[in-house]
Amino acid sequence: MCRIAAIKSKHPVSPTPILQMMAAMQKGHDNSGFAMVMQDLDGVFAAHKDVPLLSMACTPAGLERTERMMTHRGFGLEFDWQPEVDPSSALDIQRMPLYVFRNYRYPEEYRSRPFSEQKKFLVETQLALRHALAESGEGFVYSFWPDVLTLKEIGDPRDIAAAFGLWKEDFPLQARTISAQCRQNTNYQIVRYAAHPFFLEGYTLMGNGENTFFQKNRDFQQTLSPAYTGFESDTQCFLYTLHYVAEILGWPVQYYKHVITPLPFEEMALRPDAPVLYEIRQACQHLEINGPNTVVFTLPDGRMGIACDTKKLRPVVVGKDAGMVVAASEVCGINRILPDRDSDEDIYPGERELVLVDQNLEVQRWPQ
Amino acid sequence: MAAMTDLEVDQQSRQDARARPAGGSSAAHPRHPAIAKSAIPAGKRVPLAPPVYVRDTHATDQLWKIRWNPETCIRCGACVATCTFGALHAQLQRRGQTVSAGTLPNPLDTTEVILAVRQANDLAHACRGCGMCEKVCPTASIRPVANAHNRFAVVARRGGSPIKRGGRAHLIPGRVLDSIKVGRISQMTDPSLDAARHTFDLLTPLGRSIPADKLPLKVENGKLIPAGRMPPVRWIYPILIGDMSIGALSWRMWEALALATAYLNEECGLPVRMCSGEGGLPVKLLTSKNLQYMIIQIASGHFGWNRIIKAMPKMVTDPAAILIKIGQGAKPGDGGLLPAEKVAPHIQAIRGVPHADLLSPPNHQGLYSIEESVQKMFLSMNAAFQFRVPVAIKVAASSTSVSVFNNLVRDPYHIVGGFFMDGIQGGTGAANEVNLDHSGHPVLGKLRDCYLDAVAMGRQGQIPIFAGGGFGQTGNLAADAFKAICLGASGVFAAKIFLQTAGCVGDEKGRCNSCNTGLCPVGICTQDPALVARLDVDAAAQAIVDYFLATDQELKKLMAPIGNSSLPIGRSDALISMDKAAADRLQIAYAC
Repeated sequence: MCRIAAIKSKHPVSPTPILQMMAAMQKGHDNSGFAMVMQDLDGVFAAHKDVPLLSMACTPAGLERTERMMTHRGFGLEFDWQPEVDPSSALDIQRMPLYVFRNYRYPEEYRSRPFSEQKKFLVETQLALRHALAESGEGFVYSFWPDVLTLKEIGDPRDIAAAFGLWKEDFPLQARTISAQCRQNTNYQIVRYAAHPFFLEGYTLMGNGENTFFQKNRDFQQTLSPAYTGFESDTQCFLYTLHYVAEILGWPVQYYKHVITPLPFEEMALRPDAPVLYEIRQACQHLEINGPNTVVFTLPDGRMGIACDTKKLRPVVVGKDAGMVVAASEVCGINRILPDRDSDEDIYPGERELVLVDQNLEVQRWPQ
Repeated sequence: MAAMTDLEVDQQSRQDARARPAGGSSAAHPRHPAIAKSAIPAGKRVPLAPPVYVRDTHATDQLWKIRWNPETCIRCGACVATCTFGALHAQLQRRGQTVSAGTLPNPLDTTEVILAVRQANDLAHACRGCGMCEKVCPTASIRPVANAHNRFAVVARRGGSPIKRGGRAHLIPGRVLDSIKVGRISQMTDPSLDAARHTFDLLTPLGRSIPADKLPLKVENGKLIPAGRMPPVRWIYPILIGDMSIGALSWRMWEALALATAYLNEECGLPVRMCSGEGGLPVKLLTSKNLQYMIIQIASGHFGWNRIIKAMPKMVTDPAAILIKIGQGAKPGDGGLLPAEKVAPHIQAIRGVPHADLLSPPNHQGLYSIEESVQKMFLSMNAAFQFRVPVAIKVAASSTSVSVFNNLVRDPYHIVGGFFMDGIQGGTGAANEVNLDHSGHPVLGKLRDCYLDAVAMGRQGQIPIFAGGGFGQTGNLAADAFKAICLGASGVFAAKIFLQTAGCVGDEKGRCNSCNTGLCPVGICTQDPALVARLDVDAAAQAIVDYFLATDQELKKLMAPIGNSSLPIGRSDALISMDKAAADRLQIAYAC
């Protein structure tokens, strides 16, 4: 199994606590990779929260191609931060030549437009960059969004962290929301795009489990939006479903649970909203998950959500103290960074609930 | 009993041919023409057997030969009495024999008259191989044996009429379904489910699905609430009882199916739906709450619809659906056929027809395009029930299936509630043999094509596809249904398997297949009260219920290993095929 961990904190934190959680859960993954999405940034990007941040790993040729494309699209470079990567060969990491974290100013004609229009252009640009670099084999584009930074790498998570200096408490990157996954590579060729968390248009999602309806999900999703692409991991389907439900359909996020794990028919029939639930079940029958899965996601408004499948219940636990809410695959991960919390307050999300954590760290449990 | 060898049978046959019939016949028994009504007057010389011409048909021309053992036969007459086809008749034969009594050889020619069982030579009374004689024989002295060297196909067209029969196609080698296995087993990372302990959601929608982004819903106080009318949808068990009419079936068999359907719904919690076939429904059922379990069929003959329309004001519930039959897998391009032999008075009453051959036209009159079909048939049917009842269409699988399906999916009115596709292995109560064996299209390939076409458009599931035609042919309906569902079917319909559970002995190797004759030996496909009495309605219904209950468990036994509790519609990655060509055609993995 993979191991996942997420932090939602009142105060900015470095990736260190995430790494500590992963170290505590180390027996649960195989050290084949590490990926992390940081949101609500602080540190070096604190002054550039309003403009999109491009996260990618590439070759020099890939960077040149990216610069040409960004210039052609009218984006202007605002800020560029390059991590210092330890070149030591003793570390188990498959380095890319360049790690790019750059803020771009919006093109002239987009600056005065509403964000609803700007964001479409950001998604379009991210997809165009991704496809261009994939075609030429010059790199990987992970996210292009304001206040969001993504890092994905293949290797031992401890060595990856060491190479990037993530263990340092004074690491120049900090964030209030961090999601991370350490991989257990089972089904797929090791590719960077297959590493969770996945990001699309403000939605971040990572999961633990196996999507037994992967083929059904993928077959259906690939015609729903050009942004639903890649499918290097079956967990991407959960992100696309979340995006489809909340962004495209505009349904309240609670209905995400109804889509991925519909109620049994006997229960549905007794509900006052049965007609709506039946319609959702029929229209979204190809978006069910029906496997052993736990997903942890972040919405564009900053809320964090946690949901499980209904039969096999891949483990996840949510703990909190006054300044932080933490979700992790195993409670030992939470114990590592919040040893003094009231563990009686820990939440083990049930098969029929959606846990939502808002910006004030208030934890809500929504029964399906 | 000592079984007779072929040689013994031939010798017997020659002896029989030489034997002199002990009875003449002036007026034949209607079903047993060889049985004389009057004995030959005493003192009259017994005439010689009539001459045999090579042009005459003979028992050896038939598909089945009767093997009868005179040594063990006790001459009870049960076989002759039970044969509905008049294929057997009892005959007195005088047989010469040489006997010697005493201690020294003293051979004497004597004769004795024995009662023999003979197979009719004329094709009108040909043996159908149904085996009823064997079933009723108390000493196991008689049975039909398939005649490999028959000449049936070349003699049965005498008189200038095509050969007709019921049943399924006969000439199809191997079943692709049997080359497919459930090969993707959940282990370790995705544990299997427990078929007995876990709950399964084995329901499928019958009715048009609106794409999620077009659902008439609005958000109020964080809740989705209906903001418009949605097409009617029934969530039903994914295996339906296919369309067989009263008329094609005896009233008892049809009643057994309807009883089983109601019982499965009311007592077993399985929302199985049954299609009426094109032949109407009893008024009592039309006006009862059990109508909700029935899918009413309308076909080109509109048989029974006079009564259905008249019953509408008295209906206490809506039917499950309306199924517009355009074509049938067993005889695509041909209309329905109910021979006059089966148009008994009660059939005339239900259908509102005189006693005659009932031929449904091959096409619906006045429909010249798919668009017209949508506009006329669907709208009228929808309007008749005020858009509360899903209206589906049934077509025969064909090279053109995808075009038809595609047109229906793109129908802007969202009015087609289901696409039933019937393959070449579908059964029929009566059809020309040339159609049964030589026309039609297998359903699996077209099911897959239609589903993948919908996938390419992002419209899978919007019109649920129900596949039929040979499902359950080997007795394993759950396996067939499961595989079809993984290939993209929302459900399957089966028919003949339920008749077989009730006692039908017909098969695809020529056994019986006499549904068209009105002489069904088990009372299933006949309207002759004496024959219908052979069928016990309750026992037949019980057998069908039992079969469904077993099938339900077997379906779960297939879903559990792939780790799914909801129907894996379109989950073809769960399947492998051990036939490379089939795997390639169906776009599933080949495995060896």
